[in-house]
Amino acid sequence: MLSDKVVKNIEGKANDIRISIIEMLVAAGSGHTAGPLGMADIFATLYFNILRHNPKKPNWPERDRLFLSNGHICPVLYATMAHAGYFPKKELLTLRQLGSRLQGHPHRTSLSGLESTSGPLGSGLSEAAGYAYAARIDKKKFRVYCLTSDGEHDEGNTWEAILFAGKYRLSNLTMILDRNNIQIDGNTENVMPLEPLRDKYEAFNWHVIEISGHDVRELYAAIEEAKAVVEKPTAIIAHTIPGKGIPEIEFDYRWHGRPPSAEDAKRFLKILNAKK
Amino acid sequence: MSLSPKAHLHPATLSKPQEEATRVGYGRGLLEAGRRDERVVALSADLTDSTKTSLFAEAYPERFVQVGVAEQNMVTVASGMAAYGKIPFVTSYAMFSPGRNWEQIRTTICYNDVPVKIVGSHAGVSVGPDGATHQAIEDIAIMRVLPNMTVIYPCDANEAERATLAAAKLPTPAYLRLAREKTPVFTTKKTPFKIGRAEVFFASKGKPVVAILATGPLVYEALTAAITLEQAGIPVRVLNVHTIKPLDEAAISKAAKDAGAIVTAEEHQLAGGFGSAVAEVLARRAPTPVEMVGIHDRFGESGSPDALLKKFHLTAPAIAQAARRVIKRKK
Repeated sequence: MLSDKVVKNIEGKANDIRISIIEMLVAAGSGHTAGPLGMADIFATLYFNILRHNPKKPNWPERDRLFLSNGHICPVLYATMAHAGYFPKKELLTLRQLGSRLQGHPHRTSLSGLESTSGPLGSGLSEAAGYAYAARIDKKKFRVYCLTSDGEHDEGNTWEAILFAGKYRLSNLTMILDRNNIQIDGNTENVMPLEPLRDKYEAFNWHVIEISGHDVRELYAAIEEAKAVVEKPTAIIAHTIPGKGIPEIEFDYRWHGRPPSAEDAKRFLKILNAKK
Repeated sequence: MSLSPKAHLHPATLSKPQEEATRVGYGRGLLEAGRRDERVVALSADLTDSTKTSLFAEAYPERFVQVGVAEQNMVTVASGMAAYGKIPFVTSYAMFSPGRNWEQIRTTICYNDVPVKIVGSHAGVSVGPDGATHQAIEDIAIMRVLPNMTVIYPCDANEAERATLAAAKLPTPAYLRLAREKTPVFTTKKTPFKIGRAEVFFASKGKPVVAILATGPLVYEALTAAITLEQAGIPVRVLNVHTIKPLDEAAISKAAKDAGAIVTAEEHQLAGGFGSAVAEVLARRAPTPVEMVGIHDRFGESGSPDALLKKFHLTAPAIAQAARRVIKRKK
């Protein structure tokens, strides 16, 4: 059980990460807003509490691995990495610019600390599963985490990965699904219904836990439970609010792929700064 | 006849060489690569036996991964394994891998720059009775366009074995193109093989008037064509261009400058294929008349391998005819 102090610290980090996300997107003039804001609590919890990692030694062989499958939410990954100390925070403002290490979608060989290259949806879970499989051959103790979106569950590649991880009982693999119910063209249940998602994962021989993606303690408990499940991979379906933290854009799918304007940003930052 | 002594081809090359499919050579090569390096793993999409990955699977079951009929998953799982530090060989028919999973290969293997080896068996129309759905004739084009990718098309089973071992040592992605059908085995252990280097297999005395650049099992047909041409008093040179990317630009330019006329031969679409790659080099470095032997913007069909190769003009006589045509175009 996490202490109040620890939880408060993580929540503070999440707010700082949201501020950075807004600043980055305004500077870049393009990019995705809703997903990154919605995942800030999960990223803060992972990088400031759960992952075994060392930002000063990004290639530490025993580190836990984090694969971001839905690469378009990389502003939250970059912001979290900067706040964790992987690189200077001021570099965040180079997002999507010529020569930047912070490519519009993550490129593994551009930035130390990235485990994969992603953007085209549906591939990350397979990559993470392959990594977990390889690590198991060598009896490695670290854990492999994969973050996926609900929208990319339209992709056949995702379901091939779910079959694969179930077959090989990859218990060193934990997938966290950003269940925010939106994708570019609208609500996921209108574009291509995914429910009953939990039942589907269970039918594919995964252990499934559903949590609020904005509750640090719930995520922590789910990760601990996943570690204890030794015969199956675990899917944590994290129910999140797209655009979380900025009430005027929460739940609005139109904010999936658009950045805030300078004026939007002023309002958004005022809200977030007031929480500091 | 003027087989190049430096090529150390089999003594029976132009009489009655033994035949074996290049996929069989690959199977032996993979087994040996696995013995030499514990990092080598193999993945199969439900075609373990026909791709000859079975030899490895039986010897090293703990390093063999069956992914089912799921080529997109196969290459992305391999990407993760390679990022970890393994050397994965992913095996299927070329039509499905790299045919079906091109974007995953592009993003998670080439752009991600991890050393996955894509092995596409059953390439070309010589697959035979299975018909056009299973005859990959576009795979060279879609692989050679990818940054970081090496593309190798061995001329016989021996070379396939050596190419497999060489690919295992490359720290980069590679595509190995293989055939289903038995074809003549005419190289030997002494035949030079280095990824990225084309080898002269046939060189008439004196200055050649035409050079034939061939890749894959059609190299054998090119040699047969060269004999015919030489007997007709036409001095000719034949190069085995097993590596289509990176192409041996120096050897190709030299052949063009020496002969002044080029024939390319491949069991693949002309658009974007080996001949196109050669033409790209020649346009820049040594503009020369070129005739291309290959498939002219159509699909394959069912039939026996021999009948199909004849129908599609992928034979020694067709190569010899192309040589006569290109010689006439010389100024």
